[in-house]
Amino acid sequence: MAANEHTAFVMRDRNWHPPAYAPGYKTSVARSPRQALMAIQTPSASEITGPDFQSLALGPYDNDLLNNYRESTDRDGLPVGERIQVYGRVIDQFGKPVPHTLVEMWQANAGGRYRHKKDSYAAPLDPNFGGVGRTVTDEGGWYRFRTIKPGPYPWPNDPNSWRPAHIHISVMGPSISTRLITQLYFEGDPLIPFCPIVNTIRDADAIETLTSRLDMARSRSFDCLVYRFDIVTRGALQTFFENF
Amino acid sequence: MQQYNHRQPLEPESVFLRESPSQTAGPYVHIGLALNVAGLPEREHEIVNVMARADADGPRMHIRGLVLDGNEVPVDDVLVEAWQADAHGRYVTDFSFDNAFNSLGRAAPGMGVDQAGWWSFTTIKPGRLSHPDGPEMAPHINLMIFARGINIHLHTRLYFDDEGEANAVCPFLNRVPTERRRTLIASRVEDSEDGEPVYEFVIRLQGRDETVFFDF
Repeated sequence: MAANEHTAFVMRDRNWHPPAYAPGYKTSVARSPRQALMAIQTPSASEITGPDFQSLALGPYDNDLLNNYRESTDRDGLPVGERIQVYGRVIDQFGKPVPHTLVEMWQANAGGRYRHKKDSYAAPLDPNFGGVGRTVTDEGGWYRFRTIKPGPYPWPNDPNSWRPAHIHISVMGPSISTRLITQLYFEGDPLIPFCPIVNTIRDADAIETLTSRLDMARSRSFDCLVYRFDIVTRGALQTFFENF
Repeated sequence: MQQYNHRQPLEPESVFLRESPSQTAGPYVHIGLALNVAGLPEREHEIVNVMARADADGPRMHIRGLVLDGNEVPVDDVLVEAWQADAHGRYVTDFSFDNAFNSLGRAAPGMGVDQAGWWSFTTIKPGRLSHPDGPEMAPHINLMIFARGINIHLHTRLYFDDEGEANAVCPFLNRVPTERRRTLIASRVEDSEDGEPVYEFVIRLQGRDETVFFDF
């Protein structure tokens, strides 16, 4: 994209996203703005530009969580758990691929424990698993991670709140207007309907779009199951030309 | 000045999908996006809070910031992303670790500041850039706030208290109601050891002085 050429984006539908204040998820109560967001009707370069990651040098194992913690710590074992691949496409609302965008993810280990000093859940840390990955989409908007399936875990929202198995996904898209952090859930997980964080989303169809699908056709015999998860970022509208 | 390109024909838009719904970044966002803060081994390159090297073009400066919840408690698991123009008012869209300055930065408490909840950026003072509605905008940094309990990230802007003249004519800032405008203005508080200005910016998620957050 030429330096003086910018793109505006389809307005974000905030009824489809979870509201800031969602009392079933208790932490949102003190962390949600109470004033209305201020709408910006005429975007400038500040809203419609964003980083392009085509030149980002990533390590060869950055998207391979079976191996990347071992690479950084000189360990020699594999992580415990169900080996999976997660793949999909980053597309915009008009179905166009979003190439060269940074996709980052983080997750708990197979026992449901994060490698974070504040995670005190009784499940053990896995000495061979860090739980962090990143990649840049290819020309067609495709991305792929190899990892283990994360475990569910309890959390102190209600006396018996459990998070379904999930992977946190961060995607930039072509602009800061398209910036998004979401979570991937797994098809068939019985904990999904009980989760207060899932239920910050009010529309059942929206929750469905965050549920990855088992892709048996791509699953690899004696290697790993494969889950497909497509990510939709805001659609690019007309092009602006900036005259200096 | 910016304008729509009216010469471009409309393309058929047979597909229209819903955007993937946002979900909170959760309490462990730092293991994913600010690894050193979470105590994880850093990879070869990370996007961090130093956006400008010493040889970057333009006046270097430091921002120290704090996000407070509705109980005035520091949000210590926050992740803040910055997107700002260079000293000439241009966004550097090609992110590269070889650049002396990148328009994108990431900060989390524990990076560069020891006090609970405080985060910091080392960057350059952004230049002014155009706005389609009139005069150039005052120097500003676009900030995105992610944390546990924040279901969809918040967008705000940081302006500077030593840019009074530019702030007074900024077409963006002027749309914000006068009484709330000060929530977007960082204060120059001191100079760093190497003589570079330090600005302080407190973001309040709720309360009487709730920061202005934007939808665009």
